[in-house]
Amino acid sequence: MSNDTHTTPAAGDIGLLSEQTRREIDHWVAKFPPGRQRSACIAALRAAQEQNQGHLTKALMDAVAAYLHLPPIQVYEVASFYSMLETHPCGRHHVSICTNISCMLNGADKLIEHAERKLGIKLDESTPDGRIFLKEEHECLAACTGAPMMMVDHVFHEHLTPEKLDQILDELK
Amino acid sequence: MAEEFVNIEINGKPVKARKGAMIIQVTDANGEYVPRFCYHEKLAVAANCRMCLVEVEKAPKPLPACATPVMEGMKVFTRSPKAIAAQRAVMEFLLINHPLDCPICDQGGECELQDLSLGFGRDYSRFSERKRSVPDENLGPLIATDMTRCIHCTRCIRFTEEIAGIQELGMVGRGEQMKVRRYIESTVNHELSGNVIDLCPVGALVSKPYRFSARAWEMTAVPLVSPHDGVGSNLYGHVLRGRLMRVVPRQNEAINEIWLADRDRFSYEGIYSPERLERPMVRENGAWVETDWESALAKAAEGLRAEAGSLGVLASPSSTLEELYLAGRIARGLGSANIDSRLRQRDVRDQHNDPLYPSLGMRIADIDALDALLVVGANLRREVPILAHRVRKAALRGAQVAFVNPAAFRYHFPLAAALESAPAALAGDLAAVLGAALEAAGKSAPAHLAQAVQAATIGQTHRAAAAALAHGEKRAVWLGALALRHPRFADLRALAAAIAQTTGASLGVLAEGANAAGAYLAGAVPHRVAGGKPAAKSGLAAAQMLAQPLSGYLLVGTEPWLDAPDSGAERTLGQAKFVVAVTPFASETLRRVAHVLLPAGTFAETSGTYVNLEGLWQSQTGAAQPVGEARPGWKILRVLGNLLDLEKFDYLSSEQIREELAGLCGAGTAYAAPAYTAAHAVAPGSEAARVVDVPMYQIDALVRRATSLQNTLEGRTSAVTY
Repeated sequence: MSNDTHTTPAAGDIGLLSEQTRREIDHWVAKFPPGRQRSACIAALRAAQEQNQGHLTKALMDAVAAYLHLPPIQVYEVASFYSMLETHPCGRHHVSICTNISCMLNGADKLIEHAERKLGIKLDESTPDGRIFLKEEHECLAACTGAPMMMVDHVFHEHLTPEKLDQILDELK
Repeated sequence: MAEEFVNIEINGKPVKARKGAMIIQVTDANGEYVPRFCYHEKLAVAANCRMCLVEVEKAPKPLPACATPVMEGMKVFTRSPKAIAAQRAVMEFLLINHPLDCPICDQGGECELQDLSLGFGRDYSRFSERKRSVPDENLGPLIATDMTRCIHCTRCIRFTEEIAGIQELGMVGRGEQMKVRRYIESTVNHELSGNVIDLCPVGALVSKPYRFSARAWEMTAVPLVSPHDGVGSNLYGHVLRGRLMRVVPRQNEAINEIWLADRDRFSYEGIYSPERLERPMVRENGAWVETDWESALAKAAEGLRAEAGSLGVLASPSSTLEELYLAGRIARGLGSANIDSRLRQRDVRDQHNDPLYPSLGMRIADIDALDALLVVGANLRREVPILAHRVRKAALRGAQVAFVNPAAFRYHFPLAAALESAPAALAGDLAAVLGAALEAAGKSAPAHLAQAVQAATIGQTHRAAAAALAHGEKRAVWLGALALRHPRFADLRALAAAIAQTTGASLGVLAEGANAAGAYLAGAVPHRVAGGKPAAKSGLAAAQMLAQPLSGYLLVGTEPWLDAPDSGAERTLGQAKFVVAVTPFASETLRRVAHVLLPAGTFAETSGTYVNLEGLWQSQTGAAQPVGEARPGWKILRVLGNLLDLEKFDYLSSEQIREELAGLCGAGTAYAAPAYTAAHAVAPGSEAARVVDVPMYQIDALVRRATSLQNTLEGRTSAVTY
């Protein structure tokens, strides 16, 4: 019943989304009742991020907004809120060393210092070769029994020591 | 469906509450105060400030009153030690990052955070770490920002999403980094955007034109009525030492609720425009000289009397009822019936069939409950923003709204049908819609429209528009300003009236100006005398007066060359022998055509009455001191009447004038929604026609001079001719 010429046009260019990304978004949109496509925003942004080597651009977010018929600001809100969505260029491998209370008590700060020295970058920076991105902050990942811990590309590594950290980071290609 | 009620207890007092209501609605209704920041009765519940935490019996933790529905037997304690402790704790968190800059904050003295911190805050801060600071946003020329003061209540965000219908602000980032941000580069562009200033409970969003100019407690609030459209939005003028400092909404649920259009809120800047005429002036041997009131008025009276044989009076439709009435009395007292305030209306063929006054045909408050609406020739959001907001509410409720317009104007709600119809095709398209409606109802066309309907080709969109009007029970057809300015307005009205009649809808005409209805009642149109009675002999209409020069003109608050673009006004007036202007402003053009300039007060500097499109009489007293030697328009016209030796012109107050006119109107002062019932014959076929869409900040002399409005994106657009 709505007439497209009379609703807010989203300025984004849907063409930026790859065929696969669109299929992925459609898959998620189908899981929600009609008209509730806003619920698929997180999944859509993850798909868009994947297509773009791990980070989102404004153009991509606008494209998602246009694809989902949302005001662009609603997409920015989601993208800037969730820690698994990156809005700036960053390294291939996302490394988040947990600093919440259990990990902190078990020496997370020392691990961060070690990683920063080893990689020559600070938190929230990426190595110049684009290999590793040290995430600034992550909420508790609920693996306190294995503190201190970190997550590398969605994989948990627990009971960390500086040596173990070296080994894991060295293995990232 | 009968409403269901539950019994709850608030602070030990048993009360009945509507099932499903939130605790805060019940406490508000029963006079129990619960502090809040994010909750607002006109907006969706967000429950993110947590200031309204209250204790509920058997609940393990304090609950947010704004988001907790009442339940049978619930016992709520709003001032128990547990509730107070929770509220105080929330207050402490809210103040952690809030700057202590109340002395230089515009919100100081009218700040919800300031008030509540007095009630619930500590007298010292335990937070000794660094406060965060947030870069400011440029939200355009109307709204100033101090984002460091933001407490993240999200009222502004919910306003843009729910009320304005286009989300322009959002919450970006999380935790400590969370900020209210506008959608990257665009400024806030909405005809109701200024309302976020009122909604903001702190000083994060404040009025840019008013910024740093006064303190809330120094000013006096004077109730006023907005002079820009036929809605008659209720305002408060805040006055400091005789100067109008700002305008804020005055709540009236039957008209503007708590909202104001930006045009109503910021137009006051025009009052103090550099073009303001401060002293009476006369033109002597081609040069303008300032003079005293006495000689200027004498010269005006003398000139008007000399040209009485060929005199035209043009009054702004946003003049007060009193000014319009006296202007009408002067014209007719001098033996001229040439008086008009319908400056942009061109087609007056059918004016003898006009109802008592141009009317919306319904109550403004009833728009929300409409089931179906057909709008013909109206850029609704620009012409009557408050009505557009109510139409949006109806549409979101499920009303079928259809437009027949020269262009696809943007509306933030779903449309049942949108017919793009160039001015030349408009009458034909309306006839087709009528044909479709008749077809659906199984009726045949009335004789006076039969030819037009027969000649029309009924397309799919015509049927869709007609079908929209078959929806529900409460239906309306409106003719907007673009229809009123159309060279075939009479035909459009006859067709629209027939559509309304066929579909059981009411017919409304969104006449321009705050007193379009008042002008009819006051006799400030050529075919009506005071009281709204038909004139024995009708005079010239505005379009005719502006096309063919008369020898004398009296202009009341109007600049016809701008009010009626394309009318040739400047050339015509330039040929007149004598032109008197009763006006707040003296532009270059006015100085070129006029001979006497009499400085009048603007809407805020005069007492007076406005009759809105539903026929409601709203009177106000003057708020601000008139600039310079300016005088209220009614006083100027009264003295002019005296000098012209007109009878019974000794009014002592504007109230006296209003009472006299009300007496003449009799039942005309009561709400009646006068209907159009005539049978104006419409010839088939189309003819070339042009209609000007005057930008919303160009419609009258005052907004044209409101600098900040002129600097908005909308203010920088120029008129579009369709």
